[in-house]
Amino acid sequence: MTIHDSPQTFVREDDGATLRIHGSAIGDRVYSGAITFFAVCVPLLLLAVAWELGVAGWPALHKFGFGFLTSSDWDPVKGEFGAAPAIYGTIVSSIIALALATPLAIGVSLFLSELAPRWLKQPVGFLVDLLAAIPSVVYGLWGIFVLLPVLRDPVMPFLRDTLQLDRTGLFSGPAYGPSMLAAGIILAIMVLPYIASVSREVLMAVPRSQREAALALGATRWEAIRGAVLPYARSGIVGGVILGLGRALGETMAVTMLIGNRAEIATSLFAPGYTMASLLANEFSEASSDAHLSALMAVAFVLFVITLIVNAIARWLVWRVSRGTSGRVA
Amino acid sequence: MTRSLVVPEIMPRVRVSALDAYFGSAHAVKGVSMRIVDRQVTAIIGPSGCGKSTFLRCLNRMHETVPTARVEGGVELDGRDIYARDVNAIAVRTHIGMVFQRPTPFPTMSIRDNVAAGLRVLGAARPSRAQTDEIVEKSLVRAALWNEVKDRLSTSAIGLSGGQQQRLCIARALATEPRVLLLDEPTASLDPLSTQAIEELVYALRRDTTIVIVTHNMQQAARISDSTAFFLNGELVEMDTTNDIFTAPRDARTEAYITGRFG
Amino acid sequence: MAPPIRPTLRQRAFSERTVRTLERRRIVSGIMLGVLAGAAVLAVLPLIFIFGHLLATGMSSLSWDFFTKMPKPVGESGGGLANAIVGTLILIVIASAFGLPVGVGAGLYLAEQKGSKLANSVRFLSDVLNGLPSIVMGIFAWQFLVRPFGHFSALAGGIALGAMMIPMVARTTEEMVGIVPVSLREAALALGYPRWRTSIAVVLRTASAGIVTGALVAIARIAGETAPLLFTAFGNLFWSTSLKQPIAALPLQVFSYAISPYDAWHSLAWAGALVLIALIFIISLIARFATRARFATGGGD
Repeated sequence: MTIHDSPQTFVREDDGATLRIHGSAIGDRVYSGAITFFAVCVPLLLLAVAWELGVAGWPALHKFGFGFLTSSDWDPVKGEFGAAPAIYGTIVSSIIALALATPLAIGVSLFLSELAPRWLKQPVGFLVDLLAAIPSVVYGLWGIFVLLPVLRDPVMPFLRDTLQLDRTGLFSGPAYGPSMLAAGIILAIMVLPYIASVSREVLMAVPRSQREAALALGATRWEAIRGAVLPYARSGIVGGVILGLGRALGETMAVTMLIGNRAEIATSLFAPGYTMASLLANEFSEASSDAHLSALMAVAFVLFVITLIVNAIARWLVWRVSRGTSGRVA
Repeated sequence: MTRSLVVPEIMPRVRVSALDAYFGSAHAVKGVSMRIVDRQVTAIIGPSGCGKSTFLRCLNRMHETVPTARVEGGVELDGRDIYARDVNAIAVRTHIGMVFQRPTPFPTMSIRDNVAAGLRVLGAARPSRAQTDEIVEKSLVRAALWNEVKDRLSTSAIGLSGGQQQRLCIARALATEPRVLLLDEPTASLDPLSTQAIEELVYALRRDTTIVIVTHNMQQAARISDSTAFFLNGELVEMDTTNDIFTAPRDARTEAYITGRFG
Repeated sequence: MAPPIRPTLRQRAFSERTVRTLERRRIVSGIMLGVLAGAAVLAVLPLIFIFGHLLATGMSSLSWDFFTKMPKPVGESGGGLANAIVGTLILIVIASAFGLPVGVGAGLYLAEQKGSKLANSVRFLSDVLNGLPSIVMGIFAWQFLVRPFGHFSALAGGIALGAMMIPMVARTTEEMVGIVPVSLREAALALGYPRWRTSIAVVLRTASAGIVTGALVAIARIAGETAPLLFTAFGNLFWSTSLKQPIAALPLQVFSYAISPYDAWHSLAWAGALVLIALIFIISLIARFATRARFATGGGD
C-alpha cells in the first residue's frame, strides 16, 4: 500500500483485490484449548487423587467396613487395621492447636488492626506471617531439641504436680516428652499465622463507621471492639479458624517428630499418640503386606476427604464475608 | 454522449447499511446506514450513550469482543463485506486502525516497539528490521511526535506525557498503513494544549487517510471534520457536510443539540 | 462515602450503661487492651525463639565442608550435604517446569473466563487443592508415579511439589492478569493481534512481574516441603542428578538427621535447617524485589 498523492480515482491500486481479510483463527482455538486444558487440570488432579487413594484403599475399607474408622486395633503383624487411634489423635492434636492458637491469633490481629501504632503494624504483622514460611521439618527439629526438653521439665511436672491437674486425667502419667501435648503445641505455632492473616484481613475490612458509631455513643475502646468490631468480623474469623483446622489436620513432619507415634488412644495428653498424617509418614515406607498398604491408603483417603470438607467450609465462610464487605469497601 | 458528462458517484471507503448493534438485549445502534468518503474526516457527534462509540466499534469488528455483544447488517470496506462468513475479524483490524479515549501504550514495550507492535502480527507481510525502523520513523513523523522522541526510542513509553502517549498510539495505528483510522474521543482525557496538537494532527492526516472521529465536543467536530453525523438514541438522525450540519441542520433534534438545548 | 451512622440496639445499650459504671469500664478496657498487646508479644515469641536457636546452633555447625562435601557414614566426623543442596535445587526446577505452565495457564483461564461455571468451580477447587495435606499429595504421587515404575525418582518428587504449586500460581496469575486494564487488551485487538497473542504478548507480559513474584512465593513454600518427598524422591546418600533415580533433598536430610541418635548428625540437621531457611529467604527477597520492579514500571500510568 502506498500513501495516495494522486487525486481520487475510481479504482485504487489497493482496492478489493489486495484487501487481505481472510485468515484462520486456529491460533485462538489452540490457545483457548490450552488454557482450558490447564484449568481442567485442577479438578482432574483432585479427582485423580481421590480415585487413586480410593481404589488403593478400597480393600481395607471393604474388609473392615465402618469398623475401620471406629476400631482402635491397629496391628500390622496380625493384619488388624482400625484407624480410630489415628483419627482420635488427629482430632485431639488439632483441638489443642486451635484452643491455643485461636485466642492468640485473634489477639494479635486485634492488636494490629485496632491498637498498634503505624510503625509497629508492619514489623509485627511481618513477623507473624514469617511463621508460615518456616518449613514443617524445621519446626520438628526445634521441637525435638528445644520444646521437648522444656516440656519434660519443667512444664509437664508443673501441670501435673504443682497445679495437681493429674486428677483431670488429661495431664497425668510419666513425662517422656514426645506426646499429644507436644504435637498440639507445635501445631498451634504452625497454624497461628494462617488464622491471624485471615482475621487481620477481615478486621481491616470492618468499616470505620462501625467503630466510630460505638465510640461516639461513649463506649470504651474495648467495648467498641467487643460490641461493634468483633461481631462484624465474626464469621470471617471463624472461616480463618477452620482454615487453620484444615492445616492442623494434615500437618505431617513436625507432628511425626513430636507425637511419639503409638497407635493407642490415651486420655492423658502426656501420652504418645498418632495422627493420620504421622501414621502415614511413619509406616508407609515400611508397609510390607498388601493389607497394610491398603489400610494406609484408606487412611490417606479418609484424611483427604476430611480436609476437603473442612477446607470447603472454610473457603465458603471466608468467601461469604469478603463478598459481603467488598461492596462496602469499594 | 451526455452520459459521460454525469459525474459518477464516488465509491466510498466504507459503506454501512442497516447496521444494528446490541449488548445482550439492549439495542445500542439502530438501523444505521452511512457512507464514509475517502480522505475525509467524518465526525460522529451526539450525547453520551447515543451509540456513537458502539457504532465506531462496529466498523472494525471490535464490538463483538465484548461478551453478549451482537451485530446485524453490513459494513463494506472498499466494497468487501467485513462481516462476511469467510472474513477474519483480526485481519480486518489490521486494515482499520483505532485509537481510544485513554492513551493505551503497552507499558512493557519501548517507544519503538510500541509503534512497531502492529507490524509484528502481519504474518508474511511482516517488514524486515531495517524496514521496520523506517516505518517507525515515518509513522512518528506523521503523528508529529518524531522530534520529541527520536532520541529516546528505546525508553519506556510510560515516560511520555498523556498527549504524547496519545500521539504515540496514533503513530502505532498508522504504522500498518490502515485504510481507515477510527478515533474514539481521542482528546477526552487530554489537556487543551495536547488536544490542540491532536486536532492539528488529524487535520493534517486527512491528506492521505480516511478518518472517522467520535467526539462529544461539537466545536472539535466543527473545527476538523468535513462531514458530520449526528446520533441520538442509537439512531443516525442526520448526516451532511460539517458546514451544513452546523449552519443549516434539517432536523429539529440536530438543531436542538448543536445549539446546546440538550446533551 | 461512609454509610450513615445508625446506632444498633447493642450500641444504644452502651450509651445507657455509660452513666453507671464509667470508672470500672475504663479499667476493664485498659486491662483488655493490655491483654491484646500481650497476645501480640506472645505470638511473636515463638518466632524469635526458633530463629534465635536456629542461628546460634546452625551457624556453629556450618562450615565450608557443608556445602562441598558428601555425607559421611556414622562414626566418621565431618562431611556435608552438597548432594542434598543440589538435589533440592533440581527438585525445584522439576516442580517449576510442571507447576508454572499449568498454574499460569489455569490462572489465565480463570481471568479470561471470569464468570463461567467452569472458572468458578476451578477457582473453588484450586483453593481446596491448596489445602490438601502435603503427605496426601506425596502418597498420591507414589501410587501414580513410583509404584507403576517400581522405583523412587526425582521426577516423582518434583511433580508432587509442582502439583502443590499449581493452585498458588493459578490464583496469583488470575489476580495479576485481572488488574491489567481492559483498554490494553482492546488496543492490541484493534491493532490486529489475535486473541492468543494479545493474551501472551500484551496481557501476560504486562502482568509478568506480579506473576514472577507469585511464582517465587510458591517456590519458597515448596522448597521446604518434606512430606511429599518421603515416598517419591526418597533421599539418596550418594551423588545423583538423574531424574529417574532417588535424589537427596535438604528437608529430607534434615528430617533423617534430626531423628537419628547421633550428635554429629544433629548438628548437621541444624546446619541444614539454617541453609534451608536461608534459601527460602533468598527466594522471598527476590520475590519482594520483583514486586518493587513492577511498581517502578507501572507507576507512570
